[in-house]
Amino acid sequence: MNTQGKVFKYPDNVDTDVIIPARYLNTPDAQELALHCMEDIDTEFVKNVQVGDVMVAGWNFGCGSSREHAPLVIKTCGTGCVIAKSFARIFYRNAINIGLPILECEQAAEEIAAGDEVKVNFDTGVITNITTGKAYEAQPFPPFIQNIIKNGGLLKSLKEGETNG
Amino acid sequence: MGMTMTQKILAAHAGLDQVVAGQLISAKLDIVLGNDITTPVAVNEFKKAGFTDVFDKDRVAIVLDHFVPNKDIKAAEQSKTCREFACSHCVSHFYDVGKMGIEHALLPEQGVVTAGDCIIGADSHTCTYGALGAFSTGVGSTDMAAGMATGTAWFKVPSAIKFNLTGKLPVNCSGKDVILTIIGMIGVDGALYKSMEFTGDGAHSLSIDDRLCICNMAIEAGAKNGIFPVDNVTMEYLNGRSEREPVVYEADADAEYEKVIDIDLSKIVPTVSCPHLPENTHPASELSHIKIDQVVIGSCTNGRMEDMETAYKILNGKKIADGIRCIIIPGTMQILRECVQRGWYTAFIDAGAVVSTPTCGPCLGGYMGILAAGERCIATTNRNFVGRMGHVDSEVYLASPATAAASALTGYITNPEEV
Repeated sequence: MNTQGKVFKYPDNVDTDVIIPARYLNTPDAQELALHCMEDIDTEFVKNVQVGDVMVAGWNFGCGSSREHAPLVIKTCGTGCVIAKSFARIFYRNAINIGLPILECEQAAEEIAAGDEVKVNFDTGVITNITTGKAYEAQPFPPFIQNIIKNGGLLKSLKEGETNG
Repeated sequence: MGMTMTQKILAAHAGLDQVVAGQLISAKLDIVLGNDITTPVAVNEFKKAGFTDVFDKDRVAIVLDHFVPNKDIKAAEQSKTCREFACSHCVSHFYDVGKMGIEHALLPEQGVVTAGDCIIGADSHTCTYGALGAFSTGVGSTDMAAGMATGTAWFKVPSAIKFNLTGKLPVNCSGKDVILTIIGMIGVDGALYKSMEFTGDGAHSLSIDDRLCICNMAIEAGAKNGIFPVDNVTMEYLNGRSEREPVVYEADADAEYEKVIDIDLSKIVPTVSCPHLPENTHPASELSHIKIDQVVIGSCTNGRMEDMETAYKILNGKKIADGIRCIIIPGTMQILRECVQRGWYTAFIDAGAVVSTPTCGPCLGGYMGILAAGERCIATTNRNFVGRMGHVDSEVYLASPATAAASALTGYITNPEEV
């Protein structure tokens, strides 16, 4: 599995309130919510994001609320992957559970610039900055989590486990 | 090798004698919680995956608290989804308007959560129940759906930071000042993926309301959970309240901690987190030049009885400063009733405040106190991110009920010692 696209760059401690402000959480509809993704810190994101694009951020991405709506709107906007120096734990869990690819890689998150063209290979964890030619290797997921992703999210993986006895 | 208190609870719920930090386990759940924002997403996932039954109708709790009484049509639809799901699965802990409270004030009060429990909740402040000696952590809606269906969840066993509390809190300081001070010290990701274990003689001197407040904001340091040892104070609170027998776990004497941080409670001062991160803390006394427009006293962090009492003692017989909107939100119907019965409700109104029924409303910028551009609020809530309580150009300052109430009287951020 791969994604390739343009980079949107964000700072440390991007919280779930700016990813999707709570004032919109009166609906669970992902398409409707996605119209407001990142709007409190980047009003241009939703207008410019294309399928496969990559978000790159600093430490503690997704801190704050447990709202699963946060990774869901990022995914629904077409974002192919989020690369950060670290993720807040509930966001990390939610991203895996709903099938939004995320990678922790401090050096890539530091060096990749806004607007760069980046290619990410999820199987190998290799991140290639096509603009600069530099490649990075992200921490691979533990096998347990890879299994959840391979099965298409937590609930499908649970169902799979049920059928397998 | 010894285990921390959190690791012991997780080991017991995973059916293992021993666990180590970093180990992936599947643990049995005592309670699975959701609210009116996260439950509809979970219900959708639950149905989509083809599950037909909840694992135990008495172990699922659904609390309508974020946008109720319904703030608009869409919120009403979300409540309806929760209500229909709870009804069709005979969920015994379903709390609708009239019975509801802010979930993390309500579940301890009603004895739904107790010592030794392993709890997940689709709300980040689920870590609150660690105050009672439970392992309790926030998850998303998909985890809630899986938890409701199977009664289990996967966890990566956390390492821990030990906070060794000594001394006693000064007058005018409370649990809120302790946790804000700690977050200021270690940062918003200072305990990322870890447990915060509070211990030491000072821990025993803290009330249950203070402990609930401290554990509530563990997530604001990135922690997986916060936890206090079970002592006489805990048992006194749980006796006659818990619907299940409390189980007491203690950290082993040789448990490993990543770090030990000493906190002398007698040195704590009234503390305020300035915009736009909870780690941006300053003594209230250094912020007396900051003019405010609104005060909110309430939330899952500070909507409990002691918080109301603190607000009452400061506001009783006084007048809120001109131009200040002061909103007081008791955390549960029982607390609200108590405020009415003790005459505090009248005192709040006479001071010029408004009192709402329990709701998370303003804390997350939902309703019941939204800020306009350029406005400032001092709030006893838990987050001061950009746009948290309204317009992206508004500001939230986090503080204790004492500091918030004192500020309501002056119109500026005020150390409670000065009123």
